[in-house]
Amino acid sequence: MTDDLLPPIGMLAELTHRCPLQCPYCSNPIELMKADREMDTGSWLDLFDQAADLGVLQVHLSGGEPTLRRDLEEMVSKLSARKVYTNLITAGVGIGEGRIEALAAAGLDHVQLSLQGTNPGTTELIGHYKGGFEKKLETARRVRAAGLPLTINAPIHRHNIEEVPRFIELAQELDAERLEIANVQYSGWALVNRDALMPERAAVERQADIVEEARERLRGVLNIDFVTPDYFAIYPKPCMGGWARDAFVIAPDGGILPCHAARTIPWLEFERFGEFDLAEIWANSSALNAFRGTGWMQEPCRSCERRELDWGGCRCQAMAIAGDAAATDPACMKSPLHARMRQFAEIPHQAESAGFHYRRIGAKPV
Amino acid sequence: MRPERRRAFVTPASRPRLRRHVRLQFDPVRNAWALLSPERVFWPDEVSLDILRRCDGQATMGEMVSALAAEYDADEREVAADVTAFLQEWTDNLLVTL
Repeated sequence: MTDDLLPPIGMLAELTHRCPLQCPYCSNPIELMKADREMDTGSWLDLFDQAADLGVLQVHLSGGEPTLRRDLEEMVSKLSARKVYTNLITAGVGIGEGRIEALAAAGLDHVQLSLQGTNPGTTELIGHYKGGFEKKLETARRVRAAGLPLTINAPIHRHNIEEVPRFIELAQELDAERLEIANVQYSGWALVNRDALMPERAAVERQADIVEEARERLRGVLNIDFVTPDYFAIYPKPCMGGWARDAFVIAPDGGILPCHAARTIPWLEFERFGEFDLAEIWANSSALNAFRGTGWMQEPCRSCERRELDWGGCRCQAMAIAGDAAATDPACMKSPLHARMRQFAEIPHQAESAGFHYRRIGAKPV
Repeated sequence: MRPERRRAFVTPASRPRLRRHVRLQFDPVRNAWALLSPERVFWPDEVSLDILRRCDGQATMGEMVSALAAEYDADEREVAADVTAFLQEWTDNLLVTL
């Protein structure tokens, strides 16, 4: 237990790692779990009850592709009965007839639909799934027809950064209320594919101007969230709003993680729901307590006036680039490794069409 | 095609209400009122709560201002300016509809 312990507000539930898409920047871990490791319906429902008791107010039902779980409606019903806000995070392909309507009837609050591109070409290049674009548009229409509010999530990288203006138009055409222009976070699969995904600085700067102009022009019409690109930043993001501060991730097998990439920190050990109650794990997990609050910080974070704004940034990025999970996130200009991180972004990329390592179960890249 | 969405502006005749996907509910764990919206939870202070609770799609902004001015024993013009600014911001953030 630490003095920094608050009840969690948000929970990202990775219901499954199965997904029809193979995006090379997937936030799931490199070692994807097969279906036989997923928790059963009863365990998920029990977890949701305990989460609500503990203070969780919002659950993001994610994956992989969460609609591959046939018990999704049951989960939504349970959460809705507990007055927990439910957000479905979907790729929007392969969703059976009547499913969106059934989820709405079960009490679903909101849908976030990912778009890989604004046309079939980009969408198929990234998702590696034929006909994906048309299916996604159809899902968007069904979501709105069911009366559900819609957010479009657009992960941005060099292959679609010039499509940002079209993403903004398309979000409006699809009657979305929110658009996330989310520059790819380079951990997991995205780190493996970093050279093939990294945009050029000039494009990043154009993008920032385009988003700023659109936000002003579309005030009160479309909310645009801009997830800035770490490799071109001067300060890090407050990753997860602080490690195990008010949100956590649950993996398909019930593993409780502070964020979806935390397994890249090799010495952390994670408890699984079922071995212990959620409240016990939230309070006592050594992994959750490893970087909670500010006590773990080294310099320059320890004495930084921003330490409770950005919470030292991303631990997994510190691990990946500095080789030390307790180091300052190298996205920060105060990090001694900031220049090296810049280099990764500035290296000219020859990998224009060069092979992505597509995300696939059992396809762990060497 | 749907009619194009436009930014809405608060007037004394507006009848504001919380959008369908926005919920104001009491959280017994934290002993506080929470406003739930896509991706975000807000913790409105007492004054904000007094305004948000009146956003029922029935009362006009003008009626809300009169009621609040009486309740707080405050100048109606000042209350009107504060409430208008508050509701315009919440409308722009797509949490309240007019």
